[in-house]
Amino acid sequence: MSKLTISDLNLYYGDFHALKDINLDIAANEITAFIGPSGCGKSTLLKSLNRMNDLVRNCQITGKVELDQEDVYRDLDINLLRKKVGMVFQKPNPFPMSIYDNVAFGPRTHGIHNKAQLDEIVERSLKQAAIWDEVKDRLNKSALGMSGGQQQRLCIARALAIEPDILLMDEPTSALDPISTAKIEELVIELKSKYTIVIVTHNMQQAVRISDKTAFFLLGEIVEYNKTSQLFSLPQDERTEKYITGRFG
Amino acid sequence: MMRSRFEHQLHDLNTNLIVMGTLCEDIISKSLVPLEEDDFYLVNNVSKTFQKIEQLERDIEEQCLKLLLRQQPVAKDLRRISAALKMVYDMKRIGAQSAEIAEIIALNHIQSGQELLVLRDMASHVIQMVTDSIDAFVHEDEDLAQKVIAKDDYVDQQFDTIKVELIRYFSEAAASTDATSDGEHVLDILMVAKYLERIGDHTVNIAKWVIFSITGQLDGETT
Repeated sequence: MSKLTISDLNLYYGDFHALKDINLDIAANEITAFIGPSGCGKSTLLKSLNRMNDLVRNCQITGKVELDQEDVYRDLDINLLRKKVGMVFQKPNPFPMSIYDNVAFGPRTHGIHNKAQLDEIVERSLKQAAIWDEVKDRLNKSALGMSGGQQQRLCIARALAIEPDILLMDEPTSALDPISTAKIEELVIELKSKYTIVIVTHNMQQAVRISDKTAFFLLGEIVEYNKTSQLFSLPQDERTEKYITGRFG
Repeated sequence: MMRSRFEHQLHDLNTNLIVMGTLCEDIISKSLVPLEEDDFYLVNNVSKTFQKIEQLERDIEEQCLKLLLRQQPVAKDLRRISAALKMVYDMKRIGAQSAEIAEIIALNHIQSGQELLVLRDMASHVIQMVTDSIDAFVHEDEDLAQKVIAKDDYVDQQFDTIKVELIRYFSEAAASTDATSDGEHVLDILMVAKYLERIGDHTVNIAKWVIFSITGQLDGETT
């Protein structure tokens, strides 16, 4: 069953037609990868799934994005949407505060102030993000003193703290070293039993390693959407074949 | 052209496969040359060709592993490289079986020109099958690979015909009072024919890997 349904989505930045007639079903508890060259619209689509384009001037969207059959742009309250959809960005962006406060930030915003409850949420989130053992003795230290890989896992923990349904990840490992990348990849695979994950990646081997389905974007269109194993072994569209085999352009 | 270095390496892989295929054709044809034409030289020549085939198998395997490691190929590139890895095994078996044939022929039990002719006819078919299967790989020609598979039926028929002939020979020899009938020579013919039939099967395997590299479909797999 689809967690997210995107129907006839078109997005314009002023005159620029950035997304063209996007139709996509994203299944629950799966990892869906978006791949494609820079400027093809994959991050734009990711951002339109939790309405991050709302504040972009001259951005106009037609069509529908449904989360559990509810229209994200018309039916869902934006705060509820943001609670249901967590996001992790390319560059780790911890807040300039303690590790504990970073994770507790979201729950506090949603009205949770009970210390015991917050302690429980912080511990659970950090454990889910596979970083608890590394930080449990320095929860009150600044998050800015952590390594890049740790900061990114902290950001994942922060996103998980509000118990979202969906986790959107925009090139979450492109700024990390191979060991931190491997940890995040393992983590993402573990998380899919609880969350629906959409990941934008420039690393095609990463898409092959972790995703169940892959969508290939080109010039604002989805050229091909298929099971990852199928798309990377026997692509149906010649443009997909050219891109994934490095013969594009 | 992007990835021109990779293209160049794939081209080298093709070249090596063509060379290995040519050596296979060569060794099959040499293995059946009768001994009066200079026996020692011929057997020696067959074993040298087989050594070259073994060396090429190792070289191509190494080439494929390097490509997998360095280029991390996907889609058609991955299929071609993995098909090449499988094909070289079958080509090496073709070499090994031809070397076995050469050893049997060297025993000199099979001397009748007629018998050699039948075996050579069988050999010329499998040689053509080897040529076509490698051509099919290089030119990505699925139809040609399918033809190779179909041709194997004829090789199987030839093997069955030889078997029937040999059974008839044995029953006639048993009925006859002539004690000079030569069982060894009959078994040698049977073994050579069986090796040729097996070479046909290896060629069919090669053709199936060629089809996989073109279509992504493995034999018997449906989508």
